Amino acid sequence: MKNTLSLEIASLPENVGVARVTLAAFAALDSFSVAEIEEIKVAVSEAVTNAVVHGYRDRPGVVMLRAELENGRLCIVVEDTGVGIENIEQARKPAFSTDPERMGLGFVFMESFMDELEVVSAPGAGTRVRMTKTAARHEVREGE
Amino acid sequence: MRKEGKASPLPSGGDPFCLAVVRIDTEVIGRVLVVAPHGELDLHTAEEFKRVTDRELERANARHIVVDCSGLTFVDSSGLGAILGRYKKVSQIGGQMVFAGVPEQTRSILRLSGILKIIPEHHDPKRAVRCISGVAR
Repeated sequence: MKNTLSLEIASLPENVGVARVTLAAFAALDSFSVAEIEEIKVAVSEAVTNAVVHGYRDRPGVVMLRAELENGRLCIVVEDTGVGIENIEQARKPAFSTDPERMGLGFVFMESFMDELEVVSAPGAGTRVRMTKTAARHEVREGE
Repeated sequence: MRKEGKASPLPSGGDPFCLAVVRIDTEVIGRVLVVAPHGELDLHTAEEFKRVTDRELERANARHIVVDCSGLTFVDSSGLGAILGRYKKVSQIGGQMVFAGVPEQTRSILRLSGILKIIPEHHDPKRAVRCISGVAR
């Protein structure tokens, strides 16, 4: 049976950890390994950080998270109504950051640690990041 | 002298469901500052890492940094950005930075980020201090 989760958080740095831990606990309900849960945590952290830092530019806002879990497959959507991304292709490239204290690897980590990543955004229209990951243990069981 | 950072509720090692908290312990050995973050380094806690490290670098007039990761339970690109920022600072004064005691769960993100290509890794924090002190002479 499909399990769902919905979470709305204020755009605050301290809520990045709240989102990460909540999604980790949700993923742990299925057959994800500890290493896979760590990867999910990084991906969620990056998506929510992007919303807080780039979407709302540290101004008040709401970050919406939705997740679905079914048969070892996790789908996460992180959405903001912030400034949006002008050039998604450029933003997804490694080391693209305007801040010397940032690595510009947020999308690279999301892409590497999840199976699929989709970014929908436009200037002034917010950003929606959709990520999916299937538990390796589940894939093995399916193939048996 | 070893300085323990402000006490805060700490996660038990490796628990994937702990909230982002961090305590930064520091120790100065010669001109080497050993910084040991305990807990999680993300957008929120990276600020504390930057603040404590910058303060201790200046206070001790240190030139090199050993980042002792043995108590680090999670790091993302914000945490790595904070570390990289400190690396740039010591590089500007001719200093070096090394990682030590990197836990297995953290190594994959360090590798993927490419940060290990510019900040080398030592297994043991004490050995890292000796190595970097040798470079200092």
